[in-house]
Amino acid sequence: MNNGWEAVIGLEIHAQLATRSKIFSGAPTAFGAEPNRQACLIDLGFPGVLPILNAKALRMAVMFGLAIGARIAPRSIFARKNYFYPDLPKGYQISQYELPVVEGGAIDIEIEDGSTRSIGITRAHLEEDAGKSLHDAFPGRTGIDLNRAGVPLLEIVSEPDMRSPAEAVAFMRSVHALVRHLGICDGNMQEGSFRCDANISVRRVGDERLGTRTELKNINSFRFVERAATGEIERQIDLLEGGGVVIQQTRLYDARSDTTRAMRSKEEANDYRYFPDPDLLPVRITPSDIDRIRAALPELPAARKKRLVDTYDLDEKDAGRLTTDPSVADYYEAILKAGRFQTGPAKLTANWILGELTAALHREDRDILDCPIPASSFATLIARIDDGTLSGKMAKTVFDAMWAGEGEPDDIIEARGLAQISDSNALEALADKVIEDYPEQVSQYLSGKEKVFGFLVGQVMKASRGQADPKRINEILRRKLSDASE
Amino acid sequence: MNMHTLSVRELGDALRRKEFSSVELTRHFLARIEQYDSEINAFITPTADIALAEAERADIRIREGDDSPLLGIPIAHKDIFCTQGVRTSCASKMLDRFVAPYDATVVERLRAAGAVMLGKTNMDEFAMGSSNQTSHYGAVSNPWDPTCVPGGSSGGSAAAVAAGLCPLATGTETGGSIRQPASLCGLTGLKPTYGRVSRFGMIAFASSLDQAGLMARSAEDIALSFAAMSGHDPKDSTSASEPVEDYPAALQGDLKGLRIGVVRDQFGAELDERIGSRVQEAISLLESLGAELCDIALPDCALSIPVYYVIAPAEASSNLSRFDGIRFGHRAQDPEDIEDLYMRSRSEGFGAEVKRRIMIGTYVLSAGYYDAYYLKAQQLRRRIADDFARAFEKVDILAGPTSPMTAFPIGEKMDDPVAMYLCDIYTSGINLAGIPALSVPAGFVDGLPIGLHLMGNHFSEGRLLKVAHHYQRSSDWHRRSPPAFA
Repeated sequence: MNNGWEAVIGLEIHAQLATRSKIFSGAPTAFGAEPNRQACLIDLGFPGVLPILNAKALRMAVMFGLAIGARIAPRSIFARKNYFYPDLPKGYQISQYELPVVEGGAIDIEIEDGSTRSIGITRAHLEEDAGKSLHDAFPGRTGIDLNRAGVPLLEIVSEPDMRSPAEAVAFMRSVHALVRHLGICDGNMQEGSFRCDANISVRRVGDERLGTRTELKNINSFRFVERAATGEIERQIDLLEGGGVVIQQTRLYDARSDTTRAMRSKEEANDYRYFPDPDLLPVRITPSDIDRIRAALPELPAARKKRLVDTYDLDEKDAGRLTTDPSVADYYEAILKAGRFQTGPAKLTANWILGELTAALHREDRDILDCPIPASSFATLIARIDDGTLSGKMAKTVFDAMWAGEGEPDDIIEARGLAQISDSNALEALADKVIEDYPEQVSQYLSGKEKVFGFLVGQVMKASRGQADPKRINEILRRKLSDASE
Repeated sequence: MNMHTLSVRELGDALRRKEFSSVELTRHFLARIEQYDSEINAFITPTADIALAEAERADIRIREGDDSPLLGIPIAHKDIFCTQGVRTSCASKMLDRFVAPYDATVVERLRAAGAVMLGKTNMDEFAMGSSNQTSHYGAVSNPWDPTCVPGGSSGGSAAAVAAGLCPLATGTETGGSIRQPASLCGLTGLKPTYGRVSRFGMIAFASSLDQAGLMARSAEDIALSFAAMSGHDPKDSTSASEPVEDYPAALQGDLKGLRIGVVRDQFGAELDERIGSRVQEAISLLESLGAELCDIALPDCALSIPVYYVIAPAEASSNLSRFDGIRFGHRAQDPEDIEDLYMRSRSEGFGAEVKRRIMIGTYVLSAGYYDAYYLKAQQLRRRIADDFARAFEKVDILAGPTSPMTAFPIGEKMDDPVAMYLCDIYTSGINLAGIPALSVPAGFVDGLPIGLHLMGNHFSEGRLLKVAHHYQRSSDWHRRSPPAFA
């Protein structure tokens, strides 16, 4: 790519763990409360208060480690990262430094050509989030909202294994699907529950050494990762080709202008003076803790995808799309269960979920969890398509009615008189009538003008006022015409 | 009536026999504070209203037959413990107007046990000092000689008990801050095992060393009071779950066969010979009570002061970062920007010794120095702990002098921090090892008290109190009170 240049990308993903209370206090983590209503004395860093580790957050970190085949540290340490910032109440962030809870492991991504690549995970560690500075709330002043302070984060650090912005996006998507399947993160990117920093450098293809990297901060969507990384790679290549050098620095991505700007260089970087937090004992995780957590792990996206492919003969791509979001996969499987569907209708269901349903959800910006159509109703719709009652076009009408809240598909079919005429006698009578009414076309067909067949089908369909199953008409007409030729 | 000369046990008996009420007793001490505290400056904030309200409640409980040993007994708290609704200053300008919104666990437990809070006592600023001269509220005088210091950092608590302004006071230690002032003021002072007493609500100096304890006239007084404040606290991860001993019961029996190791290295050139002789006499008295003596060497313990003055400032530099002028504490007027707000708030709010230690601590944690100082100090800390562990394989307790000197004149050592730091030469190793120790009055040199230092293995508070109690049954140094405050 890029004139003999190669990009090297590593991501640091911050996944907010889905605990009810904060990582070191009992204050709630729910999003959207009034500023500073969800910050207790511990979150505010009041004199004399002490942190107590939330055992659920620890368990979630271990779940993640087990899911990626990582080593779970039998003893891990919380460390203080010291720096002054108004939204950092204690003047230090409790994080992990030398002994993180999760080390190693890998996550597979699917790349453009359809093959998979394994991206190494350096480490994943627990830490507390900081608060938020509100620069727009008060003219000439900065407000501080500490509701986020102490919210548990799992920082997932990848190896510099990605070679293109598309791979970075694929990695972010894989991690996103994984943490959602594990139920350890809600993955909500608008609310900041899942965000990342990207470390980016470029080098000449074939060069073993890594170039000087920059760190892009504040990336909170898949699209922005791609755009920010693409822009930064171009910036670095332009710099180097123009005889310049890349300066190691932290850059902030601004989604509105789609540009990055320098925040601080290495020289200005903080010396965080990490040291083990004496308020927290080393965290010990025994082999039996690990066994217990492993036994309770849910099915992971890769395993689920494979099962869908194996059981229902779905193609890889569809199965992959269905398992990106565990709620979608759950909904899909609930339909299969309600309809007792096997291979054929299961594939049909997949098409409907990934097509009409996804489009409808997207149009109204709704999550699958607020889908207005119960899985059992959806199963009936699929069954009616499968048994020939509904044509594809009619099914779309029924779907729209269901989406609008008009109830069960059978009721909608009846109320609107939508059922296909699949009664053979009625169809045969219609076919006989058409053969009788268009003798010229029939004889043209019989003399080899295959094209005319479509006209005859169309006439039967017209006579049925669109309610006949075209497949059935085909069958009946062919049989009758071949009878006529004998 | 000389209620202020009675022991905690005698006061408790008298209260239960209705010889006087807790309200009367409390008024007596409040009157003494009113009369004498201007001479010694032991209290930063007397809390007369709270004391009388608590005394009234105690009297009701006494009438109802509650016979808790601390019920109705007045107590003073070092101003390092958060007290809800009462200024908690840590003797710093930084917190001069800080009213704590919650009670420290120690305060809460002692209140629940019926103790009556007389007020908050003076101390070295943020507990950094050995003479109580670094207090924003001025130096404290030693009741035995008002021109001399009471020791520190719990100097206010020591002076208050010695002057008969309260029968009992809480103190805290990081490197000797209970035992050294107890020694200089002729009191019994217990520094418990690290983790025995909750640190929740105790404003942190050096979290891995800080521990709350008690100062009283006798070991028996401490034995009656100590259980009420100790034990596991779910709000402090470092608090021990070890069950709390029945300390009054532990006083029973005799000292026959008790193996006492005399720490020979602590009778060196830095020790005032006359103090050495008194301590030697005290140890001989223990021998005459049935104890067996031997000499013990603690070779690595000699490094305690340098090790302590790396670790304690390192932790302090981080613990004190929360005092940034943003959420509580002193805030500079009209800051230019956030940097200016931090710099001036902290420059104005902290005193010289606190700043010195923040700078030392920041330095030893900095990139490039961490290994040479902080990490090295941690390794030596383990060796010091091993010194003690080896000693306790041979003996039950260790004995030596608490302080190399008696109380020195106010004004001395303030321009020589290293000379000041050497006040804790015998005590700081105990904090580094996390073990308990006690200072017991053992005579006078030039009219100033000296202390016998008794050191035990983890959770041997009962044994230490027993040895001290038997010593005090055969001596009367602890019954002497400074004539000016009779």
